[in-house]
Amino acid sequence: MTEKTKIESGFGSDAKKEPRRIVFITRKTSAKVIDEREPKLMTYPHLLVREAVVLEVLLIVMVLISLFWDAPLEQLANPLLTPNPAKAPWYFLGLQELLHFFPPFVAGILIPTLVVIALIVIPYFNVNVEGKPLWDEQASRRFGIVIGVVIALLIPLAVVDAWTIIVPTVLVAGLLVAAFLSKATTGWMGALRTKPLSWWVMTWFIATSVCLTVVGTFFRGPGWSWVWPWGTHAA
Amino acid sequence: MATSLHAAIDNLRRSRVWKSIFRRGPAITNRTRSVAVFGNLFLHWLPVKVREKSLRVRAAYYLGSLSLLLFLILVVTGVLLMFYYHPAAPKAYHDMKDLRFVVSNGVFLRNVHRVGAHLMVLLVFWHMFHVFYRGGYKPPHEFNWVVGVVLLLITLFLSYTGYLLPWDQLAFWAVTVGTNIISAMPVIGNEVRFVALGGHIVGENALLRFYVLHVVILPLLAFLLIGVHFWRVQKDGGLTVKDDDGKN
Repeated sequence: MTEKTKIESGFGSDAKKEPRRIVFITRKTSAKVIDEREPKLMTYPHLLVREAVVLEVLLIVMVLISLFWDAPLEQLANPLLTPNPAKAPWYFLGLQELLHFFPPFVAGILIPTLVVIALIVIPYFNVNVEGKPLWDEQASRRFGIVIGVVIALLIPLAVVDAWTIIVPTVLVAGLLVAAFLSKATTGWMGALRTKPLSWWVMTWFIATSVCLTVVGTFFRGPGWSWVWPWGTHAA
Repeated sequence: MATSLHAAIDNLRRSRVWKSIFRRGPAITNRTRSVAVFGNLFLHWLPVKVREKSLRVRAAYYLGSLSLLLFLILVVTGVLLMFYYHPAAPKAYHDMKDLRFVVSNGVFLRNVHRVGAHLMVLLVFWHMFHVFYRGGYKPPHEFNWVVGVVLLLITLFLSYTGYLLPWDQLAFWAVTVGTNIISAMPVIGNEVRFVALGGHIVGENALLRFYVLHVVILPLLAFLLIGVHFWRVQKDGGLTVKDDDGKN
């Protein structure tokens, strides 16, 4: 009977002595004391049960999708019969959309390489580790720089008529300006005002990637022309 | 009935054979529960205790776990598909037809593999963006972030090499479009493309190369790096979770 109680007693039986971090020293700030005595639970069973539930839910979802959505199978591969449009898998259609605006070297090699390098070096930039809001200090000077960069970015995009990049760029820049002008401290605008520069750059990257991928997947037809996904067009 | 079943399981757990396998009694004390984790090859990279906060769904939406589970599901369904597949043109295409019309539940098997692949690409991206917004790349997690970026690339290559294997028009032209981009690489573009395809066009050699990459090289690389990735999560101090006041 006592053993049964031990199984079901979550926190009580789990918390025991453990090393404790007392002081946390970060750059340019005084040492601050943070309490690290967080409640902990035993991995077995608390984490493992949750992982099992995650696996079961995943399997159910996958089986349901697989029952009702068949994998496509077209005609036998034929090098002499080019479909129009010939599309890459969906996760590369953002790149294919870029190919529509830029030469193959820029869209297919330069931009993907720069994106991968940028992703890899993210943690090695020790700029603003504390995640200070962009508009916290020197707001008007930073505003000038940011607007300058956005305009410098938009001009070449406008030249090649790359409006599937321009639209998400302008949207994110609009939110950036709104956060600069707003005095809100609560709600979603208040939350936007607390975001650091890195947040804005990543959000712009995701917004652009999603826009390019969605347009490339659903809105591009023969000759990479604009089509509506519900419209019919001759292949 | 329930009592006798319970007693039987209890007896089993106290038996010599059980103890020889698991090297512990029933996991009902903190000591045996700890042994259950660090005494088990498949669990030993997990911490014995986890912060209650990192168990909340909102801490990471189990995106990392889901990615790993999808990888395992893809390995299982992929191996089953290999029983019915020849990496040769045009036999590969006829194998797809057989999966649809001859093999019991062949369509279902292929569907699960395909849905899993799409979901994995989606969830690995989502996982990366979520880790970024949580600040999970910050010291001491820098290197694990880099491993994660490499795993993202491997996931994309795995999915892309698998895309060619049905050898239908969709597969052929998707890979043709993609590999044509390699030619744009300065100086060595055409050579790299030749190595990737085993020729100047997407043909039988390309199918075989993509198959070997898809079923051997890339899964092994992924398996290795997934091991490093999960192991480092613990070595670097666990998940980055937000406090109740929203700070990291």
